[in-house]
Amino acid sequence: MSMNNIKAVLKRELYGYFSTPLAYVFIVIFLLLNGIFTFNLGAFYERGQADLEPFFRFHPWLYLFLIPAIAMRLWSEERKSGTIELLMTLPVSIIEAVLGKFLAAWCCSAIALALTFPIWITVNTLGDPDNTVIVAGYIGSLLLAGGSLAVGSCISATTKSQVIAFVISVMICFLFILSGFPLVLDYFQGWAPQALIDAIASLSFLTHFESIKQGVIDIRDIIYYIVFIAFWLYATVVVIEHQKAS
Amino acid sequence: MTSENTAPAIEVKALDKRFGPIHAVKEISFSVQHGEVLGFLGPNGAGKSTTMKMISGFLAPTAGTVLVNGHAVTDSPLAVKAAIGYLPEGAPAYAEMTVSSFLNFIAEVRGFSGAEKHKCIEHVVQLINIESVLQQTIETLSKGYKRRVGIAQALLHDPNVLIMDEPTDGLDPNQKHEVRRLIQRMAAKKAIIISTHVLEEVDAVCSRAIIIAAGQLLFDGTPAELRKRSAAHDIDDAFRQLTSEFYQSQGTSGQS
Repeated sequence: MSMNNIKAVLKRELYGYFSTPLAYVFIVIFLLLNGIFTFNLGAFYERGQADLEPFFRFHPWLYLFLIPAIAMRLWSEERKSGTIELLMTLPVSIIEAVLGKFLAAWCCSAIALALTFPIWITVNTLGDPDNTVIVAGYIGSLLLAGGSLAVGSCISATTKSQVIAFVISVMICFLFILSGFPLVLDYFQGWAPQALIDAIASLSFLTHFESIKQGVIDIRDIIYYIVFIAFWLYATVVVIEHQKAS
Repeated sequence: MTSENTAPAIEVKALDKRFGPIHAVKEISFSVQHGEVLGFLGPNGAGKSTTMKMISGFLAPTAGTVLVNGHAVTDSPLAVKAAIGYLPEGAPAYAEMTVSSFLNFIAEVRGFSGAEKHKCIEHVVQLINIESVLQQTIETLSKGYKRRVGIAQALLHDPNVLIMDEPTDGLDPNQKHEVRRLIQRMAAKKAIIISTHVLEEVDAVCSRAIIIAAGQLLFDGTPAELRKRSAAHDIDDAFRQLTSEFYQSQGTSGQS
């Protein structure tokens, strides 16, 4: 694997995001919705607590719609415009291309997340929060975004249509959020062995995010996200490899 | 290195491709030496682009092998892709990029950096004559310029194997002439495959011609030999005769 190639693909992809309105729209909407959710729904002031819990609480739901929106173009657009033929006949391996593209999209979401820094300043001005918990929240949020992006990358590779890629990615991310909820777990309750129910619950984005958000950086939660991302990126490679043959 | 010079630059052996029930390419074999320009001819849907996509490593063959400078495309795809300059059908390029940033990307992926990178971009920009559009985004370019950017991209690393799918499609007569002269100039040092619908192009630039129809190889020889197939000593005529004879023997009308 050549870092040089990953960097070149990453740079090109970032160019694609920032030379079109896409990245700006994503960042502005992300910040706007974050503000609304944190202050209105999350009752940031009314709670009278110096922490960012009401800020991070809504990230899984924000990402549910916004992340598939930036991931859907990753491969669908290449297939639609035919540039995939160019990319795949350059001396870049599929893994390098998949990683470069994924990292570019992740950079985008990291930039959007970094631009929420005023709320961190605000909470530090108003009170005396535990900043390690806040840092953990940011790490958790970034990992959550990475997980959804990896799903989006794989689904995007399966279709020429960005709309289909978006809808299916939202569906899959939704399932991974819900899998920790009674709504899904109740369905298995009663007939499935407890080990399976635990396994399904442990796949949930939410349960892992929840503990990181509270400032408990458990290595298992980090590993969960890393394995999750690696799995979906590997699936992306398999999908693209498969298209070569058909 | 001497072995590379005597061995064919491109060797296609019993190359076969099926898309489900469609048998697109049927056990085609041919080879191209350095210094040769091979014209790839055939009716629409004959399997020309599919064959070129397999040589460039974009599609995996169902059976058969492709060797480029002695490397099998399926075994060492990156070595082959590094050696080849490829212009895909329709010259796809990232629409939102400027020509300059697009060529920059290609150069970086091809392993150039710093002064060397600028030198090779500058060289190819002058060679293809696209200075005036360097700062324009690719989506705003005319068809002719878009095609030239595609050619520039394929030539950037001065490859010794060049594969171009319809390089002159959509160009005006002057631009066509320029591209042909460019190919002639490069011919001595490279192994070149071009596909084309313009049969006069075969006369102008190709040292050998191949005709395929319905995925089968119908003819492999020099343009002069091809002309001899027609009573009127005309390439167009010879092409029509060969392909229509073939389709008659297959019992189809010629539209696949």
